[in-house]
Amino acid sequence: MIKVLYFASLREQLGVSSEEITLSQPEISLSDLVAKLAARGAEWQQLSGNKHVRVAVNQTLVTNDAIIKSGDEVAFFPPVTGG
Amino acid sequence: MSVRVQAQDFDAGVEINRLRLSRPDTGAMVCFVGQVRDLNEGEHVNTLTLEHYPGMTEAALHNIIAAAKARWNIFDALIIHRVGELKPTDQIVLVAVNGAHRGEAFSACEFIMDFLKTEAPFWKKEQTTHGECWVEAKISDEAARERWHKA
Repeated sequence: MIKVLYFASLREQLGVSSEEITLSQPEISLSDLVAKLAARGAEWQQLSGNKHVRVAVNQTLVTNDAIIKSGDEVAFFPPVTGG
Repeated sequence: MSVRVQAQDFDAGVEINRLRLSRPDTGAMVCFVGQVRDLNEGEHVNTLTLEHYPGMTEAALHNIIAAAKARWNIFDALIIHRVGELKPTDQIVLVAVNGAHRGEAFSACEFIMDFLKTEAPFWKKEQTTHGECWVEAKISDEAARERWHKA
């Protein structure tokens, strides 16, 4: 089981802020997770191959080769605009 | 070091004095206050709503201060960033840095702001007379951060 969070414009477009996903294996690559999510429909395809989508695993920014394990918290969000 | 993410306003004078007086060997106190503007990209802004990623935001801000302290000889730094609904002229962020001398404190304060703008997970949404929209990240902010990697 992993926890997946969505923020800001992504949260609004996908219509979900948080969900739990059960993994079929003990770990999964980020690219496989993204492919699985992108298969949900048109809105979800923006998660795949989009350089404007940032991903954090356990609250640290990661690159596409990250490995996700059961119990991890994964967050998808657009480029930040604070300050 | 201290980091606060909060909905309520802050008194910049009180915060700056507290940090300044925390060490009698402080010779320089540099601060930056960000304010919500009433105009952005030609649109009149009625309200600005700030969303953040609780937990990661605080961790990111602590990491940015730690990086500044590793790079410059400063004593300490404070970041206060507001979230929730703000109006034009509201204070949005305070960064304060104290050190022995101004040069390092100035650089550290600017470094902290440049990394805050590009790495701390906050997102702004503007409510204007023509509806609401998410503020887009600026390439100029990325460039401001990148120059610290070259320096």
